[in-house]
Amino acid sequence: MIDLLQALTNGVFLGAVFALAAVGLSLVFGVTNMVNFAHGDFIMLAMYVGFLCWSLAGIDPLFAIPIAAVTLALVAVLIYGGIIRPVLGSTQLAQMVVTFGLLTFLRGVVQFAFTADPRRVEDPIVGDVRIAVGGVAVTGAQLVSAVGALVATGALAWFIHRTETGRALQAVGEDPGGASLMGINSGRMYGLAWALAGVSTGVAGALLINNFGIDPLAGATFGIMSFIAVALGGFGSVLGAAFAGLLLGVVQGVVGLYLSGYTLTAALGIYLLVLVVRPQGLRGTR
Amino acid sequence: MFQRVTARRGRILAAMAAAAMFAVPACSASDADSAASDVKEIKIGTPLPLSGPNAALGKDALQGAELAADIINNGLPGLKLPLANDKGIPNLNHAKFKIVSADTQGKPENGASAVNHLVNDEKVDILAGALESGVTKTAAQQAERLKVPFVTSISSSPALTQAGLKWFFRTGPTDVTYAQSFFGLLDEEKKKNVSADKIALLYMNNTFGTDAAGVAKNLAQANNKQIVADVPFDPAATDLTSQVQQVRAANPDTVFVVAYPPTATLFVNATEQLDYMPSAVMAFGAGFINDAFIQSAGDKLEGMSRRVAWSEDLGNRNPASKLVADEFKKRYKAPLTENSARVFTTIMAMAQVFNNAKSVEPEDVRSALVSLDIPGRDTIMPWDGIKFDDQHQNTGARAVVEQRLDGQWKVVYPKDIRSQEIVWPASDARKK
Repeated sequence: MIDLLQALTNGVFLGAVFALAAVGLSLVFGVTNMVNFAHGDFIMLAMYVGFLCWSLAGIDPLFAIPIAAVTLALVAVLIYGGIIRPVLGSTQLAQMVVTFGLLTFLRGVVQFAFTADPRRVEDPIVGDVRIAVGGVAVTGAQLVSAVGALVATGALAWFIHRTETGRALQAVGEDPGGASLMGINSGRMYGLAWALAGVSTGVAGALLINNFGIDPLAGATFGIMSFIAVALGGFGSVLGAAFAGLLLGVVQGVVGLYLSGYTLTAALGIYLLVLVVRPQGLRGTR
Repeated sequence: MFQRVTARRGRILAAMAAAAMFAVPACSASDADSAASDVKEIKIGTPLPLSGPNAALGKDALQGAELAADIINNGLPGLKLPLANDKGIPNLNHAKFKIVSADTQGKPENGASAVNHLVNDEKVDILAGALESGVTKTAAQQAERLKVPFVTSISSSPALTQAGLKWFFRTGPTDVTYAQSFFGLLDEEKKKNVSADKIALLYMNNTFGTDAAGVAKNLAQANNKQIVADVPFDPAATDLTSQVQQVRAANPDTVFVVAYPPTATLFVNATEQLDYMPSAVMAFGAGFINDAFIQSAGDKLEGMSRRVAWSEDLGNRNPASKLVADEFKKRYKAPLTENSARVFTTIMAMAQVFNNAKSVEPEDVRSALVSLDIPGRDTIMPWDGIKFDDQHQNTGARAVVEQRLDGQWKVVYPKDIRSQEIVWPASDARKK
């Protein structure tokens, strides 16, 4: 029983990070109707930003969160303006090629700049923290990652659903033409969606470096899990993606306990099941 | 839809094909006549993962190859190894070695295409790579089709040399040799009346991991050991806590871990989170060899053991090995590792192969490989030497077991060359 509780706890903690990563991807799809295949690599970039903060200025990952968030927001906006906006009206194939190209480019640039050697932040503030309650243990890094991810996910959801700008974002996602007639600048909203996706990956990346190694492929698995979460939750549904991210984490934790070699298979299996039973995803509207 | 071929066009195509068939051997024969005198450069193709999850390992291996080629070409003062100071291959007019690399990205599907590129485009004379057993498998099969000698150093899956390939050779130990060193150590511990019979396997469910686990299971049966947990995991996993919980629940004396660097980090994190340290952790594979991983894991590795084909601890006792290790560190600002030492040794052995063959013709080179016999003292490895058996596996390859103690890897097995006895249980190593 303790083992199951431990697996569930780990799953929820990991799922919180999946949720935050998935929210950014879902937002970009929901607003621009475009799938960013380089989303996981934004997380990897954020990890390197956090690593640079620590190695050059001694800034702990916890305090590097706002720096990574702002940096990734800027990077995302630049990428949007430079290579995404020109293909927004193109075919989906053209958009896929662009974001696939971006994925390869980002990995290549990072490997060139930092080499492929795995990096790690040594002795983060939460590094030696370990809390055990009734036989269930969590590390400080896990706790910080999960709480930080849940807070950031909640803040993003609040912004999208409770603010005027957030509603404008949703309006553009629903009907860009109609939104323009109402005086909403669709182009700016698209840029904002990318910026918010940058913020979510920035926060996720900075949180992850407390207990994950940093290398040019560090974001790959998080990218895959984000895709599954977005598809599972319903393309375009931010809350659906967040919920699905948490679910995926729990599935990985529990399946890892009983069928250790099939964690990714189980995640994909659930996605396929939902695809058959409810093709629009758990909370999909499209 | 396919084009229809008319009878006349068919005859022309057939004639051209026949001409091509005869033309190729004619060229080869003509080349062979002048081979020895014309050779100025010997190209060695190294398919390695230079990007992807194992890129750091690939870079390390490539540096081992480049250092060996440079020593063959330009010498290294004071190094007493065969052909180390002959400035090229003496029997081939002092032809120089040139390393030509190709990136496999660590993907099996890229192994064959990397070999194709190296052989057909780069015209390499021999292949030395790859790294992951799954990639080496596809690369070796392609080299077999192209009839080009392929010598691997790092890939340890026994199946590679059991496939009956004519052109494939391996200088390094297999997983059987590696695992035997662990079982030998466990037997020594057993003689001291400590509990060392229960083994848990925690391994990646890829070619390397499943092969290594298979070998461990067979040897466990042969050595009267009990496998109490069999826990595979996905190499792309983001967390191994549940898997380590499974291992802990079985209460093993020893955990065999097979992991590449990213998952080796997850394993170490999970043991910390669960505050779990079995009597012994014995690591297979490159995950526990990568210097960046070792540096970043720091104290968390204390007490854990690994098997290696080259040991810095032993190397310091061998003047040639120490000289090469120092030179490697000077050039690349990184320590010589088991992987780079194995590739270095293979390239140095290739110098003797070409020198003995007096030719770069594939069949001559293959024959020279088959009859190669280098004594252990002429290498930087703690091996008996390099001599291939019928399956083209080096019979002289050996492995040693090291344990992380006070931030250093110390040889703890075999008994005759160890620096000290293993600290058992491993948790005692952390009490200092």
